[in-house]
Amino acid sequence: MKLNLEIWRQKNPKTQGEFKKYSLDDVSPNMSFLEMLDHLNEKLIRDGIEPVEFDSDCREGICGSCGVIINGQAHGPKVGVATCQLYMRHFEDGATVVVEPWRAKAFPVVKDLVVNRSAYDRIIQAGGYVSTKTGGHPDANAILVPKQDADKAFEYATCIGCGACAAACPNASASLFTAAKISHLSLMPQGQPEKDARVVNMVNQMDMEGFGNCSNIGECSAACPKQIPLEAIASMKSDYIKASLK
Amino acid sequence: MNLDSKSPSGPLEQKWSKHKGEVKIVNPANKRHHRIIVVGTGLAGASAAASLGELGYEVHSFCIHESGRRAHSIAAQGGINAAKNYSNDGDSVYRLFYDTIKGGDFRSREANVHRLAEVSVNIIDQCAAQGVPFAREYSGELANRSFGGTQVSRTFYARGQTGQQLLLGAYQAMMRQVNEGRVKLFARREMLDLVMINGKARGIITRNLETGAIERHSADAVVLATGGYGRIFYLSTNAMNSNCTAIFRAYKRGAAFANPCFTQIHPTCIPVSGGYQSKLTLMSESLRNDGRVWVPKKKEDCKKNPNDIADEDRDYYLERRYPSFGNLVPRDVASRAAKQVCDEGRGVGESGLAVYLDFRDAIKRDGEPKVREKYGNLFDMYHEITDENPYQVPMRIYPAVHYTMGGLWVDYNLMTTIPGLHAVGEANFSDHGANRLGASALMQGLADGYFVLPYTIGHYIASTKLDKVTTDAPEFAAAEADVRAQIDGLMKIGSKGKKTVDEFYREVGTMMWDNVGMSRTTKGLEETIKNFQKLRAEFYENVRIPGESGEFNKQLEMAGRVADFLELGELMARDALERNESCGGHFREEMQTDEGEAKRDDDQFCHVSAWEYKGRETAPVLHKEKLSFESIHLAQRSYK
Repeated sequence: MKLNLEIWRQKNPKTQGEFKKYSLDDVSPNMSFLEMLDHLNEKLIRDGIEPVEFDSDCREGICGSCGVIINGQAHGPKVGVATCQLYMRHFEDGATVVVEPWRAKAFPVVKDLVVNRSAYDRIIQAGGYVSTKTGGHPDANAILVPKQDADKAFEYATCIGCGACAAACPNASASLFTAAKISHLSLMPQGQPEKDARVVNMVNQMDMEGFGNCSNIGECSAACPKQIPLEAIASMKSDYIKASLK
Repeated sequence: MNLDSKSPSGPLEQKWSKHKGEVKIVNPANKRHHRIIVVGTGLAGASAAASLGELGYEVHSFCIHESGRRAHSIAAQGGINAAKNYSNDGDSVYRLFYDTIKGGDFRSREANVHRLAEVSVNIIDQCAAQGVPFAREYSGELANRSFGGTQVSRTFYARGQTGQQLLLGAYQAMMRQVNEGRVKLFARREMLDLVMINGKARGIITRNLETGAIERHSADAVVLATGGYGRIFYLSTNAMNSNCTAIFRAYKRGAAFANPCFTQIHPTCIPVSGGYQSKLTLMSESLRNDGRVWVPKKKEDCKKNPNDIADEDRDYYLERRYPSFGNLVPRDVASRAAKQVCDEGRGVGESGLAVYLDFRDAIKRDGEPKVREKYGNLFDMYHEITDENPYQVPMRIYPAVHYTMGGLWVDYNLMTTIPGLHAVGEANFSDHGANRLGASALMQGLADGYFVLPYTIGHYIASTKLDKVTTDAPEFAAAEADVRAQIDGLMKIGSKGKKTVDEFYREVGTMMWDNVGMSRTTKGLEETIKNFQKLRAEFYENVRIPGESGEFNKQLEMAGRVADFLELGELMARDALERNESCGGHFREEMQTDEGEAKRDDDQFCHVSAWEYKGRETAPVLHKEKLSFESIHLAQRSYK
């Protein structure tokens, strides 16, 4: 199939970027979106043009490395998949495809489609864990966890930290990412002792990183490759208020 | 080269406790004066960094990704083994130990494997305490499932995303230490050389992948947790950035490389579909709990719709050949059997290089919702990639490279042949012999990082005279100059070269898959060694690298890794050629039983092959660590 690409090119964080047009006429519908970009890059290198830089690693939708805005949508048109799991069969022959990096103040562009998402690391650093040491624990079955709680916690814990939530949000809010970790740990008995401090510290860190506030639009959950439900944010907000009033 | 395993004396089950009681300890107040570099943030690296930071050491953690959470451990699907015996089905530390030794075809070190089985139970307690959301029963207790090569149910899991959940647990523990100021993160840094001073590992040289800056880092000990080198096959289930560079550069500085040819080919992957493909996707081994593997009995049925093939015309070949383990034979056995039926012309799918993994009977027995609950994400992934619905038609699967059992040689303390340089997780060779059992990689990574290295590295630091060094030392300057010379050399060729890095890389992969893959012959291996020499010469004349070295430049990164693969491939072929026996995943066509099973030669090859580097165009020297089995009787491996 044939494809007209408009891709954001930016040499480094300091220079101004711009869209450049490229066309491909031998795209296979069974290629993944990133394999299509690989294919484009091989062509560019042979033509003496610098290839388009983008992040990717596992290509199974679990590492969270990849992610671009495709025709205005984070991770493209298919619901519930990361960019690496999007296949070209979901595009029409001859289509124009606009590709941009994540757009959020807290995710500065490194080069072309590559951004720096270390802000997410710092949100976890602020409290996204159970402060337990290595070793010296009771038998794993000593603390029972109701199956429905464990399953729900797992659902939140599947967040891959890709940044699509913030990129899709008109406010560039990282609420879904932050809330997913908070909700995962709040549902587990091991997460209880630090529940209040965790929500306050993580939410404050999120604000400090320059992410916007949540105004209940829901683009985050719609763009999320793991389909983390919006209720995570509701419970984070309620936990935050309760914790700040204590 | 001294290959003293330093396995403690005494009865097997007391070795580790005895050793723990005997190792030297660094005074708590002194730990903060010792810096440890940990390269890699997968299960082994993150758990080591977290545990060492917590003990009070000053830890510097490095990863090639933008965040520690992206390491490839995240992609592990099926589960983690532990000898908890929660299923009351006869499991024990000894049984896990025995299964692992036998699964590895008697090519691993007894003392290390027993320790692994012992600490396996602590890992589950550790992860549960971190709030890892494991799968649970309605009682609230942890759930188990079965994996290949065992007859008990000892695998703990979190749907098909166990690696993700365990890695996030370790990553979060590490981030807690970052918050405490005990661990300092260096993201997007690639280790390009090891710095040795007075014969000891004292630092590393890295390239900042965002800016291209070359940096020096000093420490009292260095830990490599940089994973395996399966990406040398180009197509594998490994992530795009997985590579051998850190361990290979350490090998070039004198660390012995053990059993490089021991590669795991995983039986259940989605088959190759086109020449543009960048990687292969694994379908977890856990699927073999409920899925049945078969091909048509008759060649002429191969192109038929599988649902139209009657039961009596199907050959459930694993159940037929191995009635006691059935579909749950170990990976090497299952992969070889799949290759054999495809070689007979009974493979399915367009290429004829696939077999069916069928859930029809499981869906009939348990209902679709139950199957969805266990494997939903895997089924969805399969559906998305192949455009076929596995709830309705059987999956098509074929073996693919998945893991490397070989790696840097380490002693019982996880130290390489270079004093101070340690290797943990997939980067070392120690626990899986010639074939790793499913759900044991996660176990080993976390065992090394949480429960072994924190003891043994302290022993090294406490018992070694470590002079103060800074990055101004001439050895740092020399190593940095070497790194700069390599990069400048590549860029100089790269500006004029005509062939892309990826073209060379694909050639490396094809050569490896065809000759150093699922079956190996003397002729093929000898040719491969020569072909690598030729391809290397061409690479250094004609590789094309765009851009500049002082900026983000993925092609330059890949060129450096492919340069190392071009040497490692030859080393793997040499090792496979020298090991004139079949064992585990290493199958020499000349060495097989009448039934086509691997034929070991314990008289000649009951040893670890450890290779010493002698130069890019000079043959490496082989050293042997003899394996002695005190508790286990060497037996022909049978799963019948």
